[in-house]
Amino acid sequence: MIRNIFFSQIPLSFLFLVETFAAESGGMPQLNPEFWISQIFWLTITFGFLYIILSKLILPKISANLETRKSQIMENIESAEKQRKDSEEKIKEYDKIIQDSRIQAKNYFNQAREKILKDISEKREILDKDLSEEINKAELEIQDLKNKSPEKITKIAIETSNDLIKQLIGVEVNNSSISAIVEDLSKRNKKEYHGN
Amino acid sequence: MATNPMNQFEVYRIGPEIKLGSIDLSFTNASLFMVISSIAILVIFNLGSKKNSLIPNKMQLLAELSYTFVSKMISDTAGSKAKPYFAFIFSIFMFVLFCNMFGMIPYTFTVTSHIIVTFMLAAFIFIGVTIIGFIKHGLGYLKLFVPSGVPVVLLPLIVVIEIISYLSRPISLSVRLFANMMAGHTMMKVFGGFVISLGIIGGWLPLSFSVALTGLEILVAFLQAYVFAILTCIYLNDALNLHH
Repeated sequence: MIRNIFFSQIPLSFLFLVETFAAESGGMPQLNPEFWISQIFWLTITFGFLYIILSKLILPKISANLETRKSQIMENIESAEKQRKDSEEKIKEYDKIIQDSRIQAKNYFNQAREKILKDISEKREILDKDLSEEINKAELEIQDLKNKSPEKITKIAIETSNDLIKQLIGVEVNNSSISAIVEDLSKRNKKEYHGN
Repeated sequence: MATNPMNQFEVYRIGPEIKLGSIDLSFTNASLFMVISSIAILVIFNLGSKKNSLIPNKMQLLAELSYTFVSKMISDTAGSKAKPYFAFIFSIFMFVLFCNMFGMIPYTFTVTSHIIVTFMLAAFIFIGVTIIGFIKHGLGYLKLFVPSGVPVVLLPLIVVIEIISYLSRPISLSVRLFANMMAGHTMMKVFGGFVISLGIIGGWLPLSFSVALTGLEILVAFLQAYVFAILTCIYLNDALNLHH
């Protein structure tokens, strides 16, 4: 493509040349050889000077600058890459630690729970046992009392009625007759109670 | 102001006449602008290479971008073997570019609008490239004129054409640059003259042309420097890597 541009420019340049030839009247100063040697001389000096200074002093410096920048950037990228890897490893380690400690905590928790549950059930069993013993004992006592109470009540009733009779009419009544009456009454009461 | 559009190309002596025997080596306006261009290049690139900071300042960026631009141009067209000639091509590119650009400032002199200057540069490149070619390949460099895969009957004709095209390289290289610069500057001068002669009523059209031409000429100034440098690279490529 560049070549095409060049080749299309050549005829264009000559077109311009023809135009300028027509326009000018005094001839081209470029073709006047008066200062040709002078121009060649000064061109050699200035261009030679420029070339020497550029190639010996300035261009190596620019090239070195570019190189150092490139290497510096490379170094920075490398160290950044290294740091990234380091941090990734650290994150992995950290994750592992967290995972481990979580598992450990779970284990501890489970153990503690089991222990507590075991304790509770043991204590409950003991308590249940104690309680049932107490209940049994109490029931036995109650049963005992229940069994004994009618006799005692009858006895009390007989004594009370004996005393009452003694107080009221001053007659000593035979204990056996009173007890027969009391027993008869209590039986009747019991019947009524049960009948209800 | 001179009305002749060719007057801007006139070379005149500045200061005393310097003569070496019968040869006139006087310092002229052309010499002045060669010196100014060279010094400007050296100052800019010296400033651009002085400090080496990781984040470049403006001057450093300018110098480094130019450096990578030229070095990429060389490696693209002539390969890695052309590395030792980098400084020369860089100098050529910068010299032509700065001479062209200084010529765009009004009342200055365009060094590259003189055929003798461009021809000297082109002839130097041509001779240098030919010498490099013969050093690298010996007489095998002459194979450049014998393209492969051409019928034997056509070979004499092709060889003659190749030799003529090779020998015309310095002429085409120098005339391209010289003609472009001269034509552009003459056109601008002509349009500038029209602005004056048509006055305040009719002068606006040529003035706008002049403005547009200035932009175009700045582009041409860069493009011609680039073309000059890239053709140097292509010729160097022929000498370094013999393809035919």
